[in-house]
Amino acid sequence: MNSSNILSVTTFVYGLSAFLYILSWVFKKQAPGKLALWTTVFGLAGNTAGIILRWIESYQLGIGHAPLSNLYESLVFFSWTIVVIYLFVEKKYKNRTIGAFVAPLAFFAIAYASLSPNISDRIQPLIPALKSNWLIAHVITCFIGYAAFAIAFGISWMYLLKKKDKEGKSQLLDRFPSANMLEELTHQMVMFGFLFLSVGIITGAVWANSAWGRYWGWDPKETWSLITWFVYATLLHAKMMRGWHGKRIAYLSIIGFAAVLFTYFGVNLLPGLHSYGAMGQ
Amino acid sequence: MIKKETSALNRIWKFFTSVRLTVILLLSLAATSIIGTIIPQSGTSSEYFHKYGEFWYKFLSFFDSIFDIFDMYHSWWFQILLLLLTINVVVCSIDRFSATLKIIFIKVPPFNVERFRRMKSKKEFSDNRTPDQLERIYKPLISKGFGYTRVEERENGFCLFAEKWRWTRLGVYVVHLSIIFMLLGGLIGSIFGFEGFVNIPEGESTKSIRLRNTAKEHILNFEIKCEDFDISFYDTGAPKEYRSSLTIIENTKPVIKKDIIVNDPLRYKGINIFQSSYGTLPPEEVTLSFTSRETGMEYKEKAAVNRPVDIPEDLGTFTIKDYRSSAGFKGHNIGEAFIGVLESKTGNNTNILLPLRFPSFDKMRRGDVVIAVASHNHIYYTGLQVTKDPGVWVVYSGFILIIVGCFITFFMSHQRLCVEVSKSGDKSLVMVAGRSSKNKMGMQRKVGIISEKLAKLK
Repeated sequence: MNSSNILSVTTFVYGLSAFLYILSWVFKKQAPGKLALWTTVFGLAGNTAGIILRWIESYQLGIGHAPLSNLYESLVFFSWTIVVIYLFVEKKYKNRTIGAFVAPLAFFAIAYASLSPNISDRIQPLIPALKSNWLIAHVITCFIGYAAFAIAFGISWMYLLKKKDKEGKSQLLDRFPSANMLEELTHQMVMFGFLFLSVGIITGAVWANSAWGRYWGWDPKETWSLITWFVYATLLHAKMMRGWHGKRIAYLSIIGFAAVLFTYFGVNLLPGLHSYGAMGQ
Repeated sequence: MIKKETSALNRIWKFFTSVRLTVILLLSLAATSIIGTIIPQSGTSSEYFHKYGEFWYKFLSFFDSIFDIFDMYHSWWFQILLLLLTINVVVCSIDRFSATLKIIFIKVPPFNVERFRRMKSKKEFSDNRTPDQLERIYKPLISKGFGYTRVEERENGFCLFAEKWRWTRLGVYVVHLSIIFMLLGGLIGSIFGFEGFVNIPEGESTKSIRLRNTAKEHILNFEIKCEDFDISFYDTGAPKEYRSSLTIIENTKPVIKKDIIVNDPLRYKGINIFQSSYGTLPPEEVTLSFTSRETGMEYKEKAAVNRPVDIPEDLGTFTIKDYRSSAGFKGHNIGEAFIGVLESKTGNNTNILLPLRFPSFDKMRRGDVVIAVASHNHIYYTGLQVTKDPGVWVVYSGFILIIVGCFITFFMSHQRLCVEVSKSGDKSLVMVAGRSSKNKMGMQRKVGIISEKLAKLK
C-alpha cells in the first residue's frame, strides 16, 4: 500500500463524512452527526498517514523532500489543514451543521488532487529553486491561511442563508448557530487566516530575497496573494464602519476566498515564477 | 481668516481619519493590482506588438502613455494610491493614539460596577457562605488569571475587580507602524539600491553589470570572476543543481571564494550575487569526424565557424555556418547543434545539422560521408543576478512588527472582570461579569467558565 492508495481511500472517506454531515443537518439526527465526526477523524488519520508515508517514500527514492512541492501535494495538505481547523471549531463551538458546509470543501480539494487526470501524483525531485528550508515554512503557513479562509467562506454562506430567512420559518436554518455567532466565527477565522497569510507572504518574500535577490517582484502569484491580503484587510477594517456588519462582511469573505482560489489555481494560467505549482507537475 | 484656514486643515485631517477612506483605498489597490497580472509588465514594444497584434498594441500603448499600464506598479497613480494609504494609516494612528495612551497609562484603573451589572452576559448564583469567607477564597483564584486585582469593600459584601492586557490596545499601532516600515524600506531600496545582471563566461571576470530596469551599465567596486560553472541532472533529466564557483577580486587580489547555488548566494560589501541563469558559448574550435561510406575510413579534422574543411578522398568541402544552443528538428528540441554546408565535388550544396547530443545523427542522411562532432571545448557562462538593497532590514523589521502586531491585535484583548458579592439573608449572592476590548464572545465564554469555577470552589 503506497501513499497514493491511502490518499485515494482518504478521498472517499472524506466524501462519506461530507455526506453524513449534510444528512445529519437535513434530517436533524444525532446519530449520523456522531458518525460523521468519527468518519472525519478516520479520514484525517488516513490523510496524515498518507502525507507521512509520501515523505518516507521520497527518501526511499533518494530524492527526499517534504511532500509540499507540487499541486497534488499541496491539495492533499490543503484538505488536511481544513479538516484539522474544522475539528477544532466543532469541538469549541459544538455545532455540527458547520460540517455540512466545510467538510465538502476538504473533500473537493483532495478529490481534485486524486481524481483529476491533469494532476500527477508521482513523487518528483525538487528543482533547484525549491531547494530551501523556507519551502516548508512558506507552504505550511500559506495553506493554514487558505484553510481558515475556506472555513470562513463556508460559514459566510451559512450566514447569508440564515439572514435570508428573516422570520426564522425554515427548520433547516433553525439548526444553524445564531447569526451573531456565525458572524463572529467568520471574523475569528478571517483573523486567524489573515495572520497566517501574512506570515506566508513574508516567508515567501524572505525566501525570494535569498534565492533571487529581491523580496518583492510583482510576479502574478505574489501580486494575487497581495490582492487577497487587501480584500481581507478591507474586511477587517470594514467591521469598524457603521452599517458594514453582517451581509457585507459575508460578501467580502466570499470575494476573499475567490481571490484565494485565483491565487492558488488561476495564477497558473498567467506567466510567472511559481509555475511549479501548476498542472502536469 | 486664520479660523478659516484651520477649518480647511481640519477638514483634510478629518478626511484622512476616516475608515471609509481606508476601505476605499484597500479595495482600489486590490482591484487595480489585477491589471498588472494580466498584462505582462516591463516588456519590450516588440513583445507587446507580437502578443497583442497591431490594433490592441496601439490601443494599450495609448493607455500606457497616460497610465503606465506596462509598468503599472511604478506608475504615478499607483504610487499615489500607496501614498494616500500611508497618509491614511499615519493620520488615523495619530488621531487615536493619544486617547489610547490615556487609557493605557493610568495608575488606578477605573471600574464602573453599574456597567457590569447591566451586562446581559453576566452570571449569577448564590452561595451558603458569608461574603467574608468568599472573599478569602475568590481572591487568590482571580489574581492567578489576571495581572491586576482590587477589592472594594461594600456595606453588605465586596466587589472584586480584575483586569489584564491593557497594553494590547497598542497592537493595532504596531501593525500600522509595520506598514510604514515596509513602505519606507521599499523606498530606501528603490533610491539607494539597484538590481542588475551579468553573464560571465567560465574563466573570465568583470566589474560591469547591466541594470535591470534601465539597461544601463553599472560598475562595481570589485571584480567577479567565474572560475567554473556546473550543471547536474536527475535521472529524469530534470535539472538538479546549478553551481558557479566565484571569486571576488578587489584591487587585483582575490578576497573571497565561494560556490553559489540557487538559494545560497554570495554576499560581499552589501552586494548580493545570485545564481539566476546559465548558457553555453559557441565552442571556438571543434574536432569533426568524417567517415567515408565507401572505404569506412574515419578522418578527424579541426574546424571553426566559416572555415572550410576539405574532406579526404575527394568527398567535398564542409563549412560550419552557425551554432545554436537549442536547435529544432521536426518540431523537437534536440539541444545544442552546429549547422553547416557540405559542398560536393559536383557543386551540390547540402545543409547539415550536427546535434552534439546525437553523434550518429548524420547517418540518417545516407550520404557518401557521415559527419559528426568528435569533440569540442564546451564553455558555459553563468547568469548572475547582482543586487544591492540597503532597505531590506527596514522591510524585515516591518515583517517582524506585523506578525507580532497582528497576533496581539487579533488574539489578545484588554479584559476586565467584576465579581460582586452581597449578603442576602443568610446567603451570599454572587454576580460575575466581564468585558473585553475585542472578541466579546470569547469573553462571554470565559465569564461562564470563571463563574462555574467560583461556584464549585471549596
